[in-house]
Amino acid sequence: MTTIYQKTKGLQDTELHYCPGCSHGIVHKLIGEVLEEMDALGTAIGICPVGCAVFAGNYFSFDTIEAAHGRAPAVATAVKRTHPDQPVFTYQGDGDLASIGAAEIVHAAMRGEKFTTIFINNAIYGMTGGQMAPTTLIGQKATTAPLGRTREQAGMPIRVAEMLATLDGCVYAERVCVTDIPHLNKTKKALKKAFQRQMAGDGFTFIEVLAACPTNWSMEIDEANKWLMENMAAYYPLGVIKDTEAM
Amino acid sequence: MKREIWKGSEAIAEAAIRAGCRCFFGYPITPQNEIPEYMSLHMPQRGGVFVQAESEVAAVNMVYGAAASGVRAMTSSSSPGVSLKQEGISYMAACQLPAVVVNVMRGGPGLGSIQPAQGDYFQATRGGGNGDYRTVTLAPANIQEAVDLTQEAFDIADQYRNPVVLLADGLIGQMMEPIVWKERTPRPLPEKTWAACGRGSRDHNNFITSLLIDAPACEAHNLDLAKKTAEMEKNECRWEEILLDDAEVVLVAYGTPSRVAQTAAENLRKQGIKAGVFRPITVWPYPYARLREIAARESVKVFLDVEMSLGQMLDDVHLAVAERKPVRFYGRCGGAIPHVSEVEGAALEAWKEVK
Repeated sequence: MTTIYQKTKGLQDTELHYCPGCSHGIVHKLIGEVLEEMDALGTAIGICPVGCAVFAGNYFSFDTIEAAHGRAPAVATAVKRTHPDQPVFTYQGDGDLASIGAAEIVHAAMRGEKFTTIFINNAIYGMTGGQMAPTTLIGQKATTAPLGRTREQAGMPIRVAEMLATLDGCVYAERVCVTDIPHLNKTKKALKKAFQRQMAGDGFTFIEVLAACPTNWSMEIDEANKWLMENMAAYYPLGVIKDTEAM
Repeated sequence: MKREIWKGSEAIAEAAIRAGCRCFFGYPITPQNEIPEYMSLHMPQRGGVFVQAESEVAAVNMVYGAAASGVRAMTSSSSPGVSLKQEGISYMAACQLPAVVVNVMRGGPGLGSIQPAQGDYFQATRGGGNGDYRTVTLAPANIQEAVDLTQEAFDIADQYRNPVVLLADGLIGQMMEPIVWKERTPRPLPEKTWAACGRGSRDHNNFITSLLIDAPACEAHNLDLAKKTAEMEKNECRWEEILLDDAEVVLVAYGTPSRVAQTAAENLRKQGIKAGVFRPITVWPYPYARLREIAARESVKVFLDVEMSLGQMLDDVHLAVAERKPVRFYGRCGGAIPHVSEVEGAALEAWKEVK
């Protein structure tokens, strides 16, 4: 009998706590698959965020460190510099990375730290219950923007991939999503490329994943994926934002 | 052994490298800039990592990362910067990560002044960040001691898997004094089998985290940490007694003020007043038991607590003396340094009160 599919060894057998329709589980799986294919499960070190993925270390089968809110890029800086031959990544949500950790991510990218950041952008605070994120869209409702985000009150949503792409230390930035199989396959390719460029020592690599949060968006799963493609992908364009030679 | 003249901050940096510290992360702030400056040149030359972080918050979280992956790491700062580092110190205590944090204290609160002070005593001795934890807090009174304690700090941190604070006032950081580089006997230390450094052939992954979202698990973790706190209290307490055997007036001081207090005590003895100095070297754990024994002596009439702050260690002196004898206080703050004549005067006044 030929095995045509099996669960990645990059994940433990623990049951995930994520809500139905959440993108986290899929991205976890893809990271596990990529690191397994690169034969890196024994060397990889992942840095987890504060937010819904705070328990990621219970799911990944490789070593992980849970960082304080927003500080994953600082933690990863030290881990990578002291373990330069090992793959290191941060896994961060939009509150963690684009709000409280804005300084840490910008400076890690500026320094061209040779780790990969996987940025889960679902335009909302998931863990704390649906508050407005820096990436919440104009008009999108949140528990701290009950009438919908307005430009006057909260400014325009931040496009992190584009912002980091302005820094020479960032050599590769791509925005992806996991709403269907073709996009999922693209995401896996992007993740693999990011890890390969990291291991080649090229510089900072960044993958932004537009992610669905049906629970806090108050939507059915299909509706959420549709909303993501129609609204989020319109403001946050999918595709390669930057792909340059090593710095 | 050869005597060499070293500036305090640079000596602390060199001592850390000699103790096997392999990375330093810092952010500039006066009066301790010589530590990151020294590290930026010497750490890479000795095979280590130096990063000038974007903030004190980032610097301490870099230390957290290095420590979590099993590497000896240090950061340094001064008072307002150390306030920012409390996040990382609390997380390291929670995750049981060893690291050394140096605070070269300046005047506060807020931006304060850039001159020497001791206003961070409460923060340093009571944990400082959120939650139930303590850090062994070493308070050197001269450059030699700063060097010796810095080196031992890394061993203490590794032994208990807990952050250790070197609490120096600005004078210790900025002054130059002769020192010798002593032969050191490192403590026997456990392997860092818990480190998240790559799973390798281990049968499980290491996950460094401080999140214990269910109350029973979080309480159990706190009680485990408390056992360790008790061990540190039992084993790591140290102090020095100067002219104390027959003393009637006991001056209590740590760091630079202890040297002022010693001169004051010597001057008082010339005037026929039996004065001595009790100097805590660890301000946490605090040498309560020994100070209590001294307070119980018939010969001891009065205590004078001397600080470069407005009565922070005073609480600990009161806890130790427990009203057995009167306790008086003399302090300067905001970067002002107590003069010998002021301390002598305050001691004389205290002595006259009880004579």
